[in-house]
Amino acid sequence: MQIDWSLSVSNRTLLFVQSHAPHGSLFGQEGLDAIMMGSAFARCTVLMQGDGIYQLIIDQDPTGTNTRDYSVTYSALRDYGVESVLCVQEDLTERRLSEDDLIIPVSVVNRSEVPHILATHDVILDF
Amino acid sequence: MRFAISVHGGPYTSQSSHSALNFAHALLAEGHELYRVFFYHDGVYNGSSIMAPPQDELDLYSEWRALAQEHHLDLVVCIASALRRGVIDRTEADRYDKAASNLGDVFTISGLGQLIDAALNADRLVTFRV
Repeated sequence: MQIDWSLSVSNRTLLFVQSHAPHGSLFGQEGLDAIMMGSAFARCTVLMQGDGIYQLIIDQDPTGTNTRDYSVTYSALRDYGVESVLCVQEDLTERRLSEDDLIIPVSVVNRSEVPHILATHDVILDF
Repeated sequence: MRFAISVHGGPYTSQSSHSALNFAHALLAEGHELYRVFFYHDGVYNGSSIMAPPQDELDLYSEWRALAQEHHLDLVVCIASALRRGVIDRTEADRYDKAASNLGDVFTISGLGQLIDAALNADRLVTFRV
């Protein structure tokens, strides 16, 4: 087992797909950990898909669920060099959400554009 | 082709572990290389050496162990996922003053850097999610 730390920033692009709602499982929180790690080594894009968009809801208060409000960590992604966080317009509409409900600015794409986004990244990490 | 596998599902809870194991067998049988298997989320339970399923069911831990020994595989459980779920090796048991350890000897505990390394250095990263 050996990591080639000399690779520094790879020329491969990583797409992280977050598709679980927060707090009911650890997929979102542990997925975000992977995003932070990935941002140190490669150019990363994050796609909040389906119920994954709920992870970005602003002013979460999960004290009653004994889980951590990790949504604030999404605010730090830009500092980690992750400039592109995408969400799908149809996912927002179906959940009666708008960009104003989200904790960070996102790039809104149409669902029909998702296959192209998946196809134009070298590696997809699906959570 | 050089593959890497990421396993997200716990054994016997979802199809994730079974499918990942079958895929690993298949790609090795075809002569491909398996760069690493990274166990994340509940997937870390695959590394628990104390699982004791009924005899007429597949023993996932023993299957991973046999495959790893035959092909000298790099099986890594994510340290953050593993610690919070109680899958630990002797070193971590000592560090956290726990009475026992359960991680199998062919598995290693390491960080998320191993997942990103696999994503960047394998030709294909195949995720078996839930």
